[in-house]
Amino acid sequence: MILKAFEKGADGVMVVGCLEGDCHYLSGNLRARARVGRVADVLDTIGMGGERVAMYNLSAGEGNKFALFATEMVDKIRSLGPSPVNVARKSRKQAPAQEEK
Amino acid sequence: MIMGEQKPLEVILGMLAPYDKIVLAGCHGCVTVCRAGGAKEVEILASSLRLAREAEGRPLEIKEVTLERQCDPEYLEPMRPYLEDYQAVLSIACGAGIQFVAEKYTSTVVLPGLDTTFIGVTEKQGLWVERCQACGDCVLHLTGGICPVARCSKSLFNGPCGGTTTDGRCEVDKEIPCGWMMIIERLRSLNQLENYRKNLPMKSWKTSRDGGPRRIAREDLME
Repeated sequence: MILKAFEKGADGVMVVGCLEGDCHYLSGNLRARARVGRVADVLDTIGMGGERVAMYNLSAGEGNKFALFATEMVDKIRSLGPSPVNVARKSRKQAPAQEEK
Repeated sequence: MIMGEQKPLEVILGMLAPYDKIVLAGCHGCVTVCRAGGAKEVEILASSLRLAREAEGRPLEIKEVTLERQCDPEYLEPMRPYLEDYQAVLSIACGAGIQFVAEKYTSTVVLPGLDTTFIGVTEKQGLWVERCQACGDCVLHLTGGICPVARCSKSLFNGPCGGTTTDGRCEVDKEIPCGWMMIIERLRSLNQLENYRKNLPMKSWKTSRDGGPRRIAREDLME
């Protein structure tokens, strides 16, 4: 699902789980963190950059913290710039237009 | 089950370099259970490959499919109608499945996305360990249900060797429990230590890989 988001054009994905030790599904958030790590490895291998995905933990009542995490993530992705996939897509779109000129 | 592990993405991408349109075929059999080649892994691998190729500026079209089994001819048939529209099949079944796809579709390029590793069991979630080497002559009735061929690193028939550590580990790798230590403990708990006192005869490997590819022909089942 995370990779699909990148396919659909996301430059970064933040995954938010409940607090560690406080998950309704017991270890669901710990497993999610491990899987986010695996996706980061895949992104590193294919040259997208593993730092484009991150896992955060907070409780449902921590709205301010969520906003803080989201801002942190957006700033990080802005500094990284568009993903190599989006860069390639953009240049492909521009290429035929240039040929027409 | 037959265990497999996905080849490194770089290796798969290297194999796919000449192609722009492929079928990625998973299998609902063993490799689904060991989380290496089922429907979920097809989805993840397809996304990874598409992203990698798009970033390179050479998009890859992938038809995702997961067959019931790749080691039975009838389950390979569903691929026939569309296979001609693609340049290659990347199969993430075991080596048997991959070969069977290649045998069935002789003019299609078939590529392996998995390395087939061993016959094993799920010891716990995410951990699989070898249990059988398919030697073709089972002696588990003599060894307390623990296989000296697969569980002893040296496949000794009268062990243990001198390389067992005092805490029952194998000198080959301290992570591996000594197969013969386990056999003796098990026989003791079953009151079958008399089995251990018998010398097992030299193993005949005739039923194993000696003599080329093995076959089982069941006349009663053949049409």
